[in-house]
Amino acid sequence: MHELSIAQSLLDIIVDESQRHRLGRVDKVRLRIGELAAVVPESLRFCFDLVSRDTVAGGAVIEIETVAVAARCDKCDLSFEVKERVFQCPQCGEPVFEMLGGRELEVVNIEGETGGEDG
Amino acid sequence: MAEIKVPVVRNILQANERLASENRRRFDEAGIFVINLMSSPGAGKTSLLEKTIETLAGRMGIAVIEGDLQSSRDAERIQKKGVQAVQINTEGGCHLDGNMIQIAMDSIDLSGVDLLIIENVGNLVCPAEFNLGEHEKITMLSVAEGDDKPVKYPLMFQICSVLLVNKIDLLPYTDCDVEKIRQTSRQLNPGGLVFEISCRTGEGFEPWLSWIENKVGEHRKNRSGAAPHADKS
Repeated sequence: MHELSIAQSLLDIIVDESQRHRLGRVDKVRLRIGELAAVVPESLRFCFDLVSRDTVAGGAVIEIETVAVAARCDKCDLSFEVKERVFQCPQCGEPVFEMLGGRELEVVNIEGETGGEDG
Repeated sequence: MAEIKVPVVRNILQANERLASENRRRFDEAGIFVINLMSSPGAGKTSLLEKTIETLAGRMGIAVIEGDLQSSRDAERIQKKGVQAVQINTEGGCHLDGNMIQIAMDSIDLSGVDLLIIENVGNLVCPAEFNLGEHEKITMLSVAEGDDKPVKYPLMFQICSVLLVNKIDLLPYTDCDVEKIRQTSRQLNPGGLVFEISCRTGEGFEPWLSWIENKVGEHRKNRSGAAPHADKS
């Protein structure tokens, strides 16, 4: 249920960006969420609908791009996708400590209409 | 009026990250080692603190921030051990965040504190996403919860520096396979340490306590290095 506070933080960013770029309405928001992030997309959408009501982003569609977990083996200098959550180099079999991605919780872009004032 | 696409690329949790790094700066200036202790409800976080404080209180200054949905029961339990404890009630909120810690710190006298332990709200999911400014995250799992938890809640076991497997005195009465917990958490988190303990019997506490003492020593050293500079200002 922390999706509610994540949705609120997301809305804060959208409102900020829409003012900066003079958007009167936001129709679409694109997010990148890592596979390992503890976020349930459906729950985030539900919470965002709640918090964005009567704001510039009310009714906006949330598109989510899922980012695979990736890591790097420093011995082999090999970057690879982590399968089955096993942080082990597929080449040398050694444990891997450097995580490259998979925990993202990012706004990538927002789409909307310019002009008009918020509300 | 025109349809436009605005590139943003911002971390959704950036506001919390900013507060967490402010907290971290404050902890570092004071040379305090800070732990964020997380587990599901009933795994034994408060019992761990009681037992840890009993042994370490004579050797270092300790303070505790207790996070719970409601009640100040845990802070009262800790205060009985003779250390400062501040209760945060999240009133239904499922995790602590950087802002709550900032507010709680106003009620703590940080002078003389070497170790600050933040006991998060009991929950294996949400607290994992919110940094508080701590130096290390500690995850606790009791054997009664089952050995499948690292697979089911991967982030919590991926981000911790230490996994405490508690209630090992109950092992004869459960089907929990500690080796399986070790194996799955190692796959997720090869750099993490695993200590098996029982808060009830005190078994297995030595490695945990010396890990804390070492960390506190490192952070204290940094403080004494920075102190002359801080005194002048």
